[in-house]
Amino acid sequence: RQRRFERVWFWGCIQGLRGAYYIAEGLGPNRAAPRSRLYSLNCLDWSLLTPATKEMLALAEQLKGRFQGDPSFEYNLAEINAEVAARLIEGGKEPVIKEEARLIATIEQIDRAVGIVPRGAFVKTPLGSVHENRHFEGLSLLEAKKLSSYFHFTEPVNLKNKTLLEKADLDPSTDFLDSLEHDIPRGSWSIQLEKGGTVVVLRSLLWLGLTFYHVPMTKQFGYIYFGTGEKNLDLPFML
Amino acid sequence: HGPYQPHEPGYGLDQPGYSPYEDEIPDPQARMLAIKNAKAYLLKTSTRSGLNLYDHFANILTKILDEQPKNTVDIIEDISKDVKWAQFRKKMDTLRDEHLIHPIFEAAEKCKALFVKEGLEEEHEELDEEMGQPSLPNVMETAFYFEQAGIGLSKDESYYIFLSLKNLINVQPIQTCRFWGKILGLEMNYIIAEVQLLEGEEEEETAEEEVGTAAEEEKDMGEGEEEGEEKEKEAELPKSTYKPPPEIPREENGTGTNKYIYFVCNEPGNPWVKLPPVTPAQIVCARKIKKFFTGRLDAPIVSFPPFPGNEANYLRAQIARISAGTHVSPTGFYQFANEDEEEEEGDAYEENPEFEPPPVAEMVGSLTMWAHHAKGILKQGRCVWINPYQKSGENEEEEEEEEDKEDEGEEQEEERGLPLLAQISEDEGMKNIPAWTAQASTNLIPQYSVAILQSNRWPGAYAFASGRKFDNIYFGWGHKYSPESHTPALPPPAQAEYPSGPGITETADPTVKEEIAFKIAQEEALAGEEEEGDEEEAEDD
Repeated sequence: RQRRFERVWFWGCIQGLRGAYYIAEGLGPNRAAPRSRLYSLNCLDWSLLTPATKEMLALAEQLKGRFQGDPSFEYNLAEINAEVAARLIEGGKEPVIKEEARLIATIEQIDRAVGIVPRGAFVKTPLGSVHENRHFEGLSLLEAKKLSSYFHFTEPVNLKNKTLLEKADLDPSTDFLDSLEHDIPRGSWSIQLEKGGTVVVLRSLLWLGLTFYHVPMTKQFGYIYFGTGEKNLDLPFML
Repeated sequence: HGPYQPHEPGYGLDQPGYSPYEDEIPDPQARMLAIKNAKAYLLKTSTRSGLNLYDHFANILTKILDEQPKNTVDIIEDISKDVKWAQFRKKMDTLRDEHLIHPIFEAAEKCKALFVKEGLEEEHEELDEEMGQPSLPNVMETAFYFEQAGIGLSKDESYYIFLSLKNLINVQPIQTCRFWGKILGLEMNYIIAEVQLLEGEEEEETAEEEVGTAAEEEKDMGEGEEEGEEKEKEAELPKSTYKPPPEIPREENGTGTNKYIYFVCNEPGNPWVKLPPVTPAQIVCARKIKKFFTGRLDAPIVSFPPFPGNEANYLRAQIARISAGTHVSPTGFYQFANEDEEEEEGDAYEENPEFEPPPVAEMVGSLTMWAHHAKGILKQGRCVWINPYQKSGENEEEEEEEEDKEDEGEEQEEERGLPLLAQISEDEGMKNIPAWTAQASTNLIPQYSVAILQSNRWPGAYAFASGRKFDNIYFGWGHKYSPESHTPALPPPAQAEYPSGPGITETADPTVKEEIAFKIAQEEALAGEEEEGDEEEAEDD
């Protein structure tokens, strides 16, 4: 209400040791614009998170282990990685990261890496802004089982690398995002049909806890993250 | 222009000077003619598709007025495409589609079977009277408590699981049964039930297994003898000095890691499959590898160190580790049956009738209020330590060097684990992370809140307690949490192929100079001998 979002989605929950962060996202009219995120410890008081910067992302990758559950907790970088801390000190900043910054960076990473939508759910207008496709009737059962019917909802990386032949088949209004087929490592998504095919559930194995659901032949889909906020770096050993 | 006036797009029709009626032909008859011509043009059928524009527009407008979507003008092209599409489908329906059995239908059939009451009710009633009622756990009640914590499956699924457990109890001779949890897999998930069978039933299976292994051992021995004979005929190849460490026997059914028997199924409604008992070798190996479950019990586990078994064994090993690590109950709920706390006999515990449940705030506040009621697994892979070299007298036929074995036997120390009802406050954390996190389910209504315990070592293991009721459950992928990344074991260094000895060790070949010097020395020695020989001959003569 205060921030004039068109829609607000519940993004998920990151569990820390002493408490959990509940995260919500608000969207403006252009769905592809950087999203504003809010977090709360008790679902009553929400605070806005600043958008992620590249420095934050780089620093947060150094941190490993669980979240503490306290947004003002400071991680001492000097213990973890002396080089990075030295660079920071030279730059005139203190070598600590607040948990809030780590939270921002983690959410951004998760969204970028595994935030997915079904094909055809969003259309790009010729002006470049992205809207929901009112005419989206849902994927059919056959399509729902294929990984190629789902897209990452971020700036496409691989789209330009496709051969001309493949590009000719694409419909520029709906196929403007990367599909899941070429995700590295192969097999980092688990597709399951539950309840005899009424719901298709995709779970990411890279970020354990990200679950995406879609009811075929209807407009319903969505994803939620419910986990510890840590990347699963052991994935290649586990497949 | 013809008698009709085309209006180009983009014209501002509402601006003065452009309205269509300014160019009005005063003659109404000519206007009617213009309308008729326009309609005729619209009715002109396309040569390619057999449609005409008039009908098409009529269909579009009908559809729009029926459905009344918002912002129609933005999606008008899509609507137009859909209408055209709909036309085509009806025309080309010459082939009859096979009536595909929808997967939903199949799943519904299976679930329907759950709901049908069995016709053999009379026999079951008699059995029940004899053996006492097996206890069906109240899954819905447990699900309710866990729901307070935000953990659990949907009500539908819980109810299906409830019915499948009831089926399981009717089919197998079960004493106690509990819903253990759900483990997620890549293709399918596992639903797991923890069960204690009635006492008579277990012995038959162990007898079968022993017969099986005895037959295998005989075969192995026969082959070994043949190979030995062949080897002796050829030149003696160096015999390998590698002796695999003796196999640690698995624990008996009903004790230690095999205290409970586990049944799994992929979905409620599928038949339950029994998991084989776990061996210590499997547990030791499972500690070293980290693999996702695929959902098929016969899938092989490709890993290093090679896992002795397939996915069913790996699943069983992980279940054993999770149970040993995370099954907790409020302190004092269980007490030892015997006063003596010897490790070997400490398996027996029973409910404490005098247990008074502490209030929820205390349960959440300190971890000493909770205690493990499952024995921890030692490094060896068993709950009770056993010295593997004690009983090896039977297998000494093929072993040659007994001395080495005895030396190794002395090195192994007896391993001790935590005592049985240890409080969980003694669980080690990893780095800064405590092993358990305790919360109350709600701060707003303290009278009815439930104490919830989450494990940090096995993410996905939860326990709740509320008054006298408590339970443990697991929902997760089945892996332990480690703050460092998983590093697979390195392969062991290559063995020396042969023992080094003077006969085989290489020495540098003598150089030419050395050879010549040696030859000269030899000749001198020979010459010396010949001289002596000559002298002797001379003397003899």
